[in-house]
Amino acid sequence: MARSLATRRSSHRLAADAGLLVVAAAFVLPLVWVVLSSLDTGADLRVKVPDGITLDNFDAVLTPEITFTPLLNSLLLCGGGTALTVVCAALAAYPLSRFRSRFNRPFLLTILFATSLPITAIMVPVYALFVRVNLIDTMQGTIFFFAASQLPFAIWLMKNFMDGVPKELEEAAWTDGASSLQSLVRIVLPLMGPGVAVVTVFSFVMMWGNFFVPFMLLLTPDQMPASVSINDFFGNRGMVAYGQLAAFSIVYSTPVILLYVLISRRLGSGFALGGAVKG
Amino acid sequence: MTAEAPHAATGPTTGKSPSGPPASRPPGPPPALLHRSLARALPVSPAVVLLLLFLAGPIAYCAFIAFTDLQLTGQAEESFVGFDNFRTAFGDEAFLNAVWMTLVFTVISALIGQNTLGLALAALMQRASKPVRTLVGGIVVTAWVLPEVVAGFLLYAFFRREGTLNAILEWLRLPTQNWLFTLPILAVSFANVWRGTAFSMLVYSAALNEIPKEITEAAQVDGAGGWRRMWHITLPMIRRSIGTNLMLITLQTLSVFGLIWVMTRGGPGGKSQTLPLFMYEEAFQKSMIGYGTAVALLLLVVGSLFSVVYLRLLRTEV
Repeated sequence: MARSLATRRSSHRLAADAGLLVVAAAFVLPLVWVVLSSLDTGADLRVKVPDGITLDNFDAVLTPEITFTPLLNSLLLCGGGTALTVVCAALAAYPLSRFRSRFNRPFLLTILFATSLPITAIMVPVYALFVRVNLIDTMQGTIFFFAASQLPFAIWLMKNFMDGVPKELEEAAWTDGASSLQSLVRIVLPLMGPGVAVVTVFSFVMMWGNFFVPFMLLLTPDQMPASVSINDFFGNRGMVAYGQLAAFSIVYSTPVILLYVLISRRLGSGFALGGAVKG
Repeated sequence: MTAEAPHAATGPTTGKSPSGPPASRPPGPPPALLHRSLARALPVSPAVVLLLLFLAGPIAYCAFIAFTDLQLTGQAEESFVGFDNFRTAFGDEAFLNAVWMTLVFTVISALIGQNTLGLALAALMQRASKPVRTLVGGIVVTAWVLPEVVAGFLLYAFFRREGTLNAILEWLRLPTQNWLFTLPILAVSFANVWRGTAFSMLVYSAALNEIPKEITEAAQVDGAGGWRRMWHITLPMIRRSIGTNLMLITLQTLSVFGLIWVMTRGGPGGKSQTLPLFMYEEAFQKSMIGYGTAVALLLLVVGSLFSVVYLRLLRTEV
């Protein structure tokens, strides 16, 4: 019995491996294409071995106008938005996690409700509102909106991570006369370092890849982040230089992939889902 | 922050601390208590202000301009038009087409594609060898982490007439076609499966890992085959994860814009125009902000309904 179970298990493993590899092959094709094309002088739209491996495409796109300015804009927008999100979320999560209050539950339910609203739907009224209050085409306006749209999920995650820090450690600090803010900054946040890192990276990655928000709220070309400027490759230039577009895509995607790898190594691959999707 | 907060926070010990409230206090809410709740509410305020100004504000404004004829140009003041925008919408073939496209897109790409494929991948991963599991997980998650526009561009290249899909079909001696022109909604749906499946896969992997091994092993010893174990044991045990996952991927799919925009711009002739793209076109290309917002409001209402169901599924968690 035991032996037959064991052989059955190993044949199951082979079947599972084979099934997964087939799916992975389908998933990997577009990724292979972008890597090969970026190294290919004569890149076109299909996966093929490059005519000759070259870094010319990267050379061509690594200019201030094409790459550095949009990436710097992305960094400003997403860095600013993330900083605002993380600070506000940490402050908000603290009383929600530490003190009992009859407002906690309604507040958390509202937050959870807001995490799943389709933000895309409100971009038209946000545009109209921003025109009215003169925030349209400003970096700060876009940063504020980015932060607000990411806040519900950030507060929710932050609160769940904070719940995991035992209260006893703070009580000692309180008796020594530390204020709430001091104990939050000196004790709670350092103890939930990985949690703060998750919220930070997650917010940053979400903003870095977001296209619709800056597409709607920013108008001046030299303020555009990479998510919008990549569209220029398709614009009215006639022939699209696919090799350069591929090279730009790689340069633009690398930071978020690295951040993701960095954080998922530490926390297991399901990190981003935290408390929000616990079934 | 005030000096009171830390003492107040320790709860029962408050009275004993030197700066606590005096032993005899006037009737009504003691000032220290009021002070305490203020001190506790203070840290929440930056978040609340941001959320009110930049999220609740636009939503309220959305609910207002959806009932006006606000336009981008050639109009000094908007006026209140009641339900006209909604009446127009339901008589507008382009709108009804967008509703239909949204439905097709959501059902094919999220409910069927991402959900089933995500579950299948998670289930296979339970049995696969570790290197394969790591490799496949890495590839699928990379597709998920890529920025929306990059994903759209990669799949645009894949489905173009000169693209990889047709190259493979040629090699297999199967008929090729211009996918983005003949079946645009299928192409963008597949793109959404490519991009979004990792989410379902992660949710289901986590859920499957929580099922105690003894249960499935006992069933196996009793002679239940793989499909029967899946159907009678595994699926019922993870049904809450299935519910929340379906809810979340539906909501994510309802708000997809960049992916479709890059691949097809909603075309040709509206054949891949979902509600967000329709909303954008009416509001900006045709300058009918009021009408576009009415569409947005409908999308928001549908999203809220899903969101409420999601909350009910999670109701024991908060």
